[in-house]
Amino acid sequence: MGDESYNFVFKVVLIGESGVGKSNLLSRFTKNEFNHDSRTTIGVEFSTRTVQLDTFTIKAQIWDTAGLERYRAITSAYYRGAVGALLVYDITKHLTYESVERWLKELYDHADPHILVMLVGNKSDLETLRTVPTVEAKEFAEKKGILFMETSALDSTNVEAAFQEVLTAIHKKVASREVTRGSISAVTLSSTTGTASEVQEERRTCCKNL
Amino acid sequence: MSKRCCWSQKIQDGLVYRIGHVQLVSNALRGVRLRGFPSMATDNRIHFWRKNAKVPGRFPKDTPKANNLKSKKASSFHEFARSTNDAWDIDDEEDEDFLAPIHPSSLPPTLHSTHQVPPLTPQQPINTTTGPGPADRLAPPTAEVRLQHEEATDCGQINGRVVVKSSSEALLNTNTVRSTLQKQQSLPVRPIIPLVARISDQNSSGAPIMTVRDKSRLDKFKYLLSCPNSDLDELRKHSWSGIPREVRPITWRLLSGYLPVNMERRDLVLKRKRDEYFGFIEQYYHSRTDETYKDTYRQIHIDIPRTNPLIPLFQQPAVQEVFERILFIWAIRHPASGYVQGINDLVTPFFVVFLSEFVEEDVENFDVASLPLDTQRNIEADSFWCMTKLLDGIQDNYTFAQPGIQNKVKALEELVSRIDEDIHNYFKRYEVEYLQFAFRWMNNLLMRELPLRCTIRLWDTYQAEQEGFSHFHLYVCAAFLIEWRKEILSMVDFQGLLMLLQNLPTIHWGNEEVGLLLAEAYRLKYMFADAPNHYKR
Repeated sequence: MGDESYNFVFKVVLIGESGVGKSNLLSRFTKNEFNHDSRTTIGVEFSTRTVQLDTFTIKAQIWDTAGLERYRAITSAYYRGAVGALLVYDITKHLTYESVERWLKELYDHADPHILVMLVGNKSDLETLRTVPTVEAKEFAEKKGILFMETSALDSTNVEAAFQEVLTAIHKKVASREVTRGSISAVTLSSTTGTASEVQEERRTCCKNL
Repeated sequence: MSKRCCWSQKIQDGLVYRIGHVQLVSNALRGVRLRGFPSMATDNRIHFWRKNAKVPGRFPKDTPKANNLKSKKASSFHEFARSTNDAWDIDDEEDEDFLAPIHPSSLPPTLHSTHQVPPLTPQQPINTTTGPGPADRLAPPTAEVRLQHEEATDCGQINGRVVVKSSSEALLNTNTVRSTLQKQQSLPVRPIIPLVARISDQNSSGAPIMTVRDKSRLDKFKYLLSCPNSDLDELRKHSWSGIPREVRPITWRLLSGYLPVNMERRDLVLKRKRDEYFGFIEQYYHSRTDETYKDTYRQIHIDIPRTNPLIPLFQQPAVQEVFERILFIWAIRHPASGYVQGINDLVTPFFVVFLSEFVEEDVENFDVASLPLDTQRNIEADSFWCMTKLLDGIQDNYTFAQPGIQNKVKALEELVSRIDEDIHNYFKRYEVEYLQFAFRWMNNLLMRELPLRCTIRLWDTYQAEQEGFSHFHLYVCAAFLIEWRKEILSMVDFQGLLMLLQNLPTIHWGNEEVGLLLAEAYRLKYMFADAPNHYKR
């Protein structure tokens, strides 16, 4: 954890209503753990995982926060430097899906306009209690120009795939220089374009604070 | 892996070093308190201790802490690392009994604290509710152990726990189905309480339950409490160093101002307050399904099962209903803030302490429903009122934008910048913001960073202090941060720092560690309380 060298640091945030499973998506992806005993998230919580994309080593910095919108005044800075976002809802609770528009708005109000977004319908293991049809959510995502996947943090279904897809898409964007360094400040370019010392310095500044 | 073991070893080293000072510290404190405050304008850390004549270099006979630690240190490092890494660790002797039959493979030493649910042995019946729960969730434990990943050797993640829903569940269209262990007494084997969740044993280092010194302290408390008009000042003074378990319920009620000092008035006041609370329930609780309140209630309802879930006590339906009522009534009576996540933690110490009055053994496993109804109601009402008093002092922590917390975190940053430049600069260098870890420290009064038994001990002192929860807490946070300076300064990047700060290894903490922490906080407060740019603005 933390000692291996990496080419990029991608900051990804998890957003969505309280209780949809953000914390367990985080723990499933970064630690391969699922906790029935998880507690409510207070403030922000944080975990990392390093993945390989092509020849690059990517350190994914995943941020998790409380879903209660009302008390998120202090986490408005939460979005700063984020290059990806997983907007999570609970497929068995239609209310959490209805809030997605509002979350998208908040996201675009605070985050980088080029941020990569994936709509995630979690708790797919509870198929018998589904209240949000897959097709409907998929269409909504397409209309909004965002990615989509259904996952289960409990049985691991698609968790890996979801994060991989987001990170890959971010990587593509960065590699294709679709975004200039100025607009996604969290991302650094590797030494293929700069000197070693430049990379060293960038690595320090790339991990944007809250 | 190595980093985690490193921390453990450092902490172990730190503890051994510190324990050698514990007598020094407590004597120092006593010295200061008895003689009044000497002028310490120019004191530095070393001189503070040297002021006192008594500098014992030895341990009194009744505290075998040193011996305990020595023997722990002597055991193999791997064993030590394993035992400190594992949140499910229990006493060494019991290891074999509990772990052998349950885990097919030995617990792998892991980098992170695993929070694994211990798999129930097949003999234990898992009670499930009838109700709109999904059939697949109620499958026997073995079916749910299927993990997709081969590398998951920690296969203990069995969900053997199904929450028995409270009666108000029907009012919500919710399907949260979790397990609980039904009626603990009827089970042949008591569920394993992980070390982090153990409440009853407050001296986790293994010190005896009642030492000679403890006995004399208990007698002192009993004497103070027997007076027809309790001397609150005296009571505070003695409570600062910890309240004996037996007298904690009544002492907490007195210190919080809930119970009047005049003994004659007590029964009357208690009856009045308790009736008042249940009057609120009658008047308002039904409105939790109203348009205005249903969101509040829904949030409380999904948060309660997530409140310290490792403690079986809190999974009992009777207990969860108590918490729901308390929090709901509090929320609607305090519209400036309403219910905020974190407040759910704050009711639990009161509940546990007031409950402990009626419990001989492990309160963690006690079946609350077995108590007389009146007793249950009294515990509930008293918890409500004492929690209310606590929150009154820190309400701006929870009002919109949480200004109280923002100020306190800023104050912490300022304090740390003065008491430990190294740490402060290190944070700057790696761009760690105090808000990223200290928000939770303020919002939950360190309850997320410490085992519940430690919180209870901490609150003895907070209630002894003036504005302890808002003022002294700041110094405790500073002392807590500095406690980990070695580990902090050994981190090499932002990630490492934040992961450390959000997962500080305190699962083994007990009275001793909290005592040291408080002594250090006291020292800091003393030294910096009148400095410019103080917390009070």
